[in-house]
Amino acid sequence: MTAMIELANAEKTFTMHLQGGVELPVVRGVSFHADPGECVVLSGPSGAGKSSILKMIFGNYRCDSGRIDIRHHGKVIDLATAEPRQVLSIRRSTIGYVSQFLRAVPRVATIDVVAEPLIANGVPREEARERAGKLLRRLNIPERLWTLPPSTFSGGEQQRVNIARGFISDLPILLLDEPTASLDAANRAVVVELIAEKKTKGVAMVAIVHDDEIRHLIADRIVDVTSFAAAA
Amino acid sequence: MSELASLDNDQPLLVADGLAKNYGRLAACRDVSFALYPGEVLAIVGESGSGKSTLLQLLSAQLAPSAGRVSYRMRDGVLRDLAELGEAERRFLFRTDWGFVHQDPAQGLRMGVSAGANVGERLMAVGWNHYGRIRDTASTWLERVEIDVGRIDDAPKTYSGGMRQRLQIARNLVTEPRLVFMDEPTGGLDVSVQARLLDLMRNLVSELGLAAIVVTHDLAVARLLSHRVMVMKGGRVIETGLTDQVLDDPREPYTQLLVSSILPP
Amino acid sequence: MNAPTYNFAYLDEQTKRMIRRAILKAIAIPGYQVPFASREMPMPYGWGTGGVQVTAAILGPEDVLKVIDQGSDDTTNAISIRKFFGKTAGVATTTSTTDATVIQTRHRIPEASLHAGQVLVYQVPIPEPLRFLEPRETETRRMHALAEYGLMHVKLYEDIARFGHIATAYAYPVKVNARYVMDPSPTPKFDNPKMDNCAALQLFGAGREKRIYAIPPYTTVVSLDFEDHPFTRYRFNAPCALCGADNSYLDEIVTDDKGGRMFVCSDTDFCEQRQAAGHHGTESAAPHKEKAHV
Repeated sequence: MTAMIELANAEKTFTMHLQGGVELPVVRGVSFHADPGECVVLSGPSGAGKSSILKMIFGNYRCDSGRIDIRHHGKVIDLATAEPRQVLSIRRSTIGYVSQFLRAVPRVATIDVVAEPLIANGVPREEARERAGKLLRRLNIPERLWTLPPSTFSGGEQQRVNIARGFISDLPILLLDEPTASLDAANRAVVVELIAEKKTKGVAMVAIVHDDEIRHLIADRIVDVTSFAAAA
Repeated sequence: MSELASLDNDQPLLVADGLAKNYGRLAACRDVSFALYPGEVLAIVGESGSGKSTLLQLLSAQLAPSAGRVSYRMRDGVLRDLAELGEAERRFLFRTDWGFVHQDPAQGLRMGVSAGANVGERLMAVGWNHYGRIRDTASTWLERVEIDVGRIDDAPKTYSGGMRQRLQIARNLVTEPRLVFMDEPTGGLDVSVQARLLDLMRNLVSELGLAAIVVTHDLAVARLLSHRVMVMKGGRVIETGLTDQVLDDPREPYTQLLVSSILPP
Repeated sequence: MNAPTYNFAYLDEQTKRMIRRAILKAIAIPGYQVPFASREMPMPYGWGTGGVQVTAAILGPEDVLKVIDQGSDDTTNAISIRKFFGKTAGVATTTSTTDATVIQTRHRIPEASLHAGQVLVYQVPIPEPLRFLEPRETETRRMHALAEYGLMHVKLYEDIARFGHIATAYAYPVKVNARYVMDPSPTPKFDNPKMDNCAALQLFGAGREKRIYAIPPYTTVVSLDFEDHPFTRYRFNAPCALCGADNSYLDEIVTDDKGGRMFVCSDTDFCEQRQAAGHHGTESAAPHKEKAHV
């Protein structure tokens, strides 16, 4: 396969044991792929399972059946059956995830939060910080905030820190969950630019975007999730 | 980086195989098997009485299993059954290649002896015989765990709870162990003190490429520190997997109950 | 009077055999503390019950006994023990270090070097050198068994951290025969080098703690230290006021309530021998007289 991501009949059901074992089907028969340099946008109404699919590709949600093939270090690994160690390795060097909310560690300075993925991959601390600073500047985070932990920031600022952290590394796959949700027009434009740059570097992306305008700007292909909806 | 190199290492550091411990008819721990790799942090979660502390004692060779065994890859690369190590070897391992962070720092520290000597003891135990070098190394470690070096000659009985715990960590890490056992390391500390300690431990673990087995009932600690988690109930491991996977997509009824019992932040 | 009601040297023969077995084991494992069934002695704990039992077990009718307390032959404790064995064993007693075959001591090693065939018996209050840092006996025993002696250096580290040098002045820990760390009883560290490669047999008895240990003749005894804080002897920087010796361990004697003091040899036999040989210090050995107040 040349695709970076290939899902085939992936399926996910929640069993709510605390609610008397209610089965909550989420998605079924999910099949699509994403090639290098391509941004696939998932569309569909709220609750259709877009975020769940993204989480399955990241290995955050388990996949009950089907395959989620990821090209990792030139080999194809099925995330649905991968060992935890493999998933960790994939996350470190193949898949990046930009969530809606920043799950930051308390007390760590913003600049270090952003630089961390690079440092974890062996980039010297100084260089990592320099690149983090560049990205933060582009995303209009004032330099005086860099040494503060992001937990003290506004929602939009936190989101931008999160984007910087997600975009800083050179991972071949990026998953974007509403990256522009709470941003103003100027910063939305920056994110669109960043996505375009990633495409030229051959990064495969799967995104969820509600804003139609942004969707048209970034999407190479749109996958309608409604057909995968498993809810009765 | 060390973490990168060690996480891609395919040889397990510690292997538990069918571990069980019975106290009379009570099975405190049954049929636990897993492999821990260099640089990997494993959290063992569960309520009091779930068998997690017993398991920690089995893993760290402080308790002999009723069945099964624990093997550890020694620094020479050979995987050895811990039960076959002589006491001297086992204790040497404990002082050098392993660390053990107790919930109660008074158990892991010499409360009446200065902080410097607390940190230096392991060095002296492996034959360091130069006061100046021992003291310099102790100072460096106090700095790393964010203790004012001016307090090096004070005994931990004059320290706050958070400082004691950080000192305990320094005392354990000074010999650059490859595996650290932690038993509720943040238990009994204020929330703000906990956050600082967790942050510190997280950094040290990744900087040093340490493998760690952390017993905790606090899922937030597991989330922040560990790569993988094992959920225990009634002496059994009922669910295991990537930490965020188990916490965000719990399968077992008991795990769902644990996760749903966390107060929202 | 030789009291016929007492067995030779007070203890019954079974007890002596038990103690001798402990002594033999102690000699076989230099520095190792051998437990023994310490008996009640007709003296309180702390007055040398351990030393007295060891002496009683090794004493023969031909032995010549010397007893010193802090180097002195004429303190209450020394005189009592000397009299005790004079009465219960009928052995000859002496104050001369050279003439004695058995010397029981509290807190000193004589200045005159000991010769082959002599036995030095130490009274020991607390035999365990690790005790003050590790209160559990089970643990200290294991530490000895596994030669885990890092803790001993912790004690020395604490000294340097607090005082800038190793301030331990007595009961200074030693390593015997490159194996066991041992408490040399509360002798001043000035005496530590005398234990090394000593021609005499050294036996240690702790009555209350029920332990016997030993240093066989010509055994290596090394005082613990750090490379950058090596072991040093300590003595007051003065000659003996009575005999003028400048290489002996000195006692400080306060002579009035105005800060007046003098330093004299702690080893009374050594001091008297020197004076008999014509050495003199700044003071005469005559009983001290009150000086007239000005």
